[in-house]
Amino acid sequence: MDNWALLSLLIWLPIVGGIAVLMAGDHWCRPMALVVSIVTFVVSLPLWIGFDAATAAMQFEEKRLWIQTFGIHYHLGIDGLSMPLILLNTFITMIIVIAGWEVIQKKPAQYMAAFLIMEGIINGVFAAQDAMLFYVFFEAMLIPMFIVIGVWGGANRVYATIKFFLYTFLGSVFMLISLIYLYNQGGSFAITDMHHMKIGMTAQILIFLSFLLAFGVKVPMWPVHTWLPDAHVEAPTGGSIILAAIMLKIGGYGFLRFSLPIVPDASEELTWLIMLMSLTAIVYIGFIALVQQDMKKLVAYSSIAHMGFVTMGFFLMFAIHKNTGSYDGSVLAMQGGMVQMVSHGFISGAMFLSIGVLYDRMHTREISAYGGVANRMPIFAGFFVLFAMANSGLPGTSGFVGEFMVILASFKASFWIAFLAATTLIVGAAYSLWLVKRTIFGGVANDEVALLQDVNKREFFMLAVLAFFVLLLGLWPDPLTHVMGVSIEHLINHASQSKLPN
Amino acid sequence: MNYSVATPEIFLLAATCGLLLLDLFLEKSNRFVTYVMAQVVLISTILLIVTRLSEPNSEAFNGMFVADQMASLLKISVLVIIMGVFVYSRDYLGKRSMFKGEFYTLGLFATLGMLIMISANTMLVIYLGLELMSLALYALVAFRRDDGRASEAAMKYFVLGAIASGLLLYGMSILYGLSGSIDLHGVATYVANENVMQNVVLLFGLTFIIAGLGFKFGAVPFHMWVPDVYQGAPTAVTMLIGTAPKLAVFAITIRLLVEGMEFGAAGWQQMLILLAVLSLIVGNIVAIAQTNIKRMLAYSTISHMGFILMGILSANEQGYSAAMFYAITYAITSLGGFAIIILLSREGFEAEELTDLKGLNDRHPWYAFMMLLFMFAMAGIPPLVGFYAKLAVLQAVLEANLLWLAIVAVVMSVIGAFYYLRAVKYMYFDKAKDEAPLEAHLGFTSLLSINGLLMLALGIFPGLLMGVCVEAVRMSLAT
Repeated sequence: MDNWALLSLLIWLPIVGGIAVLMAGDHWCRPMALVVSIVTFVVSLPLWIGFDAATAAMQFEEKRLWIQTFGIHYHLGIDGLSMPLILLNTFITMIIVIAGWEVIQKKPAQYMAAFLIMEGIINGVFAAQDAMLFYVFFEAMLIPMFIVIGVWGGANRVYATIKFFLYTFLGSVFMLISLIYLYNQGGSFAITDMHHMKIGMTAQILIFLSFLLAFGVKVPMWPVHTWLPDAHVEAPTGGSIILAAIMLKIGGYGFLRFSLPIVPDASEELTWLIMLMSLTAIVYIGFIALVQQDMKKLVAYSSIAHMGFVTMGFFLMFAIHKNTGSYDGSVLAMQGGMVQMVSHGFISGAMFLSIGVLYDRMHTREISAYGGVANRMPIFAGFFVLFAMANSGLPGTSGFVGEFMVILASFKASFWIAFLAATTLIVGAAYSLWLVKRTIFGGVANDEVALLQDVNKREFFMLAVLAFFVLLLGLWPDPLTHVMGVSIEHLINHASQSKLPN
Repeated sequence: MNYSVATPEIFLLAATCGLLLLDLFLEKSNRFVTYVMAQVVLISTILLIVTRLSEPNSEAFNGMFVADQMASLLKISVLVIIMGVFVYSRDYLGKRSMFKGEFYTLGLFATLGMLIMISANTMLVIYLGLELMSLALYALVAFRRDDGRASEAAMKYFVLGAIASGLLLYGMSILYGLSGSIDLHGVATYVANENVMQNVVLLFGLTFIIAGLGFKFGAVPFHMWVPDVYQGAPTAVTMLIGTAPKLAVFAITIRLLVEGMEFGAAGWQQMLILLAVLSLIVGNIVAIAQTNIKRMLAYSTISHMGFILMGILSANEQGYSAAMFYAITYAITSLGGFAIIILLSREGFEAEELTDLKGLNDRHPWYAFMMLLFMFAMAGIPPLVGFYAKLAVLQAVLEANLLWLAIVAVVMSVIGAFYYLRAVKYMYFDKAKDEAPLEAHLGFTSLLSINGLLMLALGIFPGLLMGVCVEAVRMSLAT
């Protein structure tokens, strides 16, 4: 395989670029940031083009000794699970840079730099093949995010950002202990070595719980989701987009990379817990979304509900096995989860972007302050309705594909799981469409709405690109499922074998 | 006799005495010469140590003095940090009419005490080094005679320090009475043949030694002096107390507990666990309640000492080297933190409150970024160096099968992260209440930049220093 240290480039180019943007100062930072993000995106395209979908092995690998004392390697590589997420990240960062173009007037250089550095770090999270390297990136991400919410956030930003930081930090420190434990037992921090370790049941359960805490907070799963609505509401538009579109995916990705293959027996044992948490997120959080008065909060809660499908899809394999005795259908479930992650990246990004467009004009996110926006902003209204439909899982949009795959697969596990999961089609439609009804349609609600201007070219461009992907993925998900297929089969095959020592 | 082993210390002693005399003949306006000479003395001492780096472990003065890899590494770190302290404190002292020759001679004598502690190989020399360091530091704390708070702090420091020395000395005398030797090798031979948990007298002596060391570390419950002294002392002196001496105390702890009583580990491990857990809990929780930045850093030091003790109490080589890595990197981090406080102070204004950090990002983004690095390094967030220090300690603790201790440590780290975040919050999220320009000479600003970027550099490439620590501990304990 050709190896131009592509993954290293994807990590360090935006970081170095971000520092350069910082140095360049407030005047030149916008075009520079745009160039850096576009170049990074272009650099990430060869990952897709050169990707070999026929193997589950790591591709574009790089490996260098990093910390000799602990045998920690700077080891990068991607498979079908991480590749789409890296592309999603480089794509969304471009959108964020454009979205902050005119909106951010306070210290724009620092703003752009923070997002570019974050982009590099997140690429590192997805590419890391050494557990400690993963952890370093996983934690390092908190620093720029903390600054972004705290500096450019809303009125209650300090509370939100400290809550965000401490919540995620608390979640991940237990994972650190587990990783060190695995290192002490197996003598290596390499993730693949951890995949092949034999671990006793008690240890597996504890390790699983620590991973659940780390990734569950990140996803976020009910009941550790409470930081998310706060963080979303207070974050600037760019911060909300990256939180929803990328950062939540890291939690889901962590389950696939760590929990399932390292502690499969504990995963099987505790599948009921994951199912319980996922279904609660889908049903209960869906109802909570219904009663929100704040648009961002509504979308934040709907994100939690949608991520419930992701975690459910990932762990359905054990429920299916328990019910039918075979793992048939597991691939569908897990693919559904992955498609849902990518699709949610586009949809939630688009939703937050749309809310940002409204907020920039009206400076409020209260649903009751709006009404009849379609009269003044017809183009915007079209996009908003499309994204809301996608959010509620309308067939033909990407939101439908993932949810449908998961629900379909869940019938093999249990009728009741499938039934409860499917309620989202009603609840999701309810909160999304009711939001549309109250804000977009109807008569012009007040004078401020009457003065609204429709989207400008910059906003139109961003919304159009996102709409394109939402539809593309909805009508033709095959390219996505194709690249991840083999990796998922490999993962299920691996996770279905017991790792208990004999 | 092999005097060459102790060349650096002998040189430092002679040069400091020379500097003391030279300073007498200098005009007040030429005080700068004293400062430069002090730096030259420190650099020369470092060079003398560096030239001896490749030599094997050797002892001198009938085995009272040892020069090994661990000693060399710690000494170089101490000297570099003291150089940093002198650079950072120059303007601060100048603006408060404290820019006197005595500051440097006392500082150098304290340094000499630390070097002797690090190389001490008998209990007597340990005590001598400790007293030399402490006496110089007591005087430094009281350096501003007319400042009531500083005098109070010095008094407190002196009385409690004297008690601590007394406890340590008492413990040593019991050990001497039991083993008939003040030599650590002799003690080791004695302890090797005893069951420490059955030998009440030995355990008694050990308790006193741990209490004495606990005082010097500032570990809970012997921490009472730390916040008061940190707050009361002039910031330049706080910086000196809060950094290099920790390395020296780490060294004597390793000498006494590991080289002298490794076979008694079952005894001291439990005592240290208690100290470490209490330090972590009290340090981190009480730090949250502080509004004074120096007191906050004092409690933060206490919690970090808990981590260093955790490394030592693992009683394995990974633990000792982890603790050493922790002590060195913490000293560098803390140096930078105090430098920012000095930077915020100016003539007639002492930066004391956390709120003095407000709006630092608006006032000077680069300094704010440096402080951000120091704070996140202390909080242990990767990719800053503090994370690897904690990682190494946690690895050693888990290796020693103390899972619960590791869990306490990480939970306390999360609690501790709060007050570091609060400092960052003041700098980045709040508006400045004080718009005075921040002035510093070129040496200060460049050192501060190096110091801050070192947090990042050591965080991205921690392998080298970590490897050196591991090697140093391995070679030193091999003999």
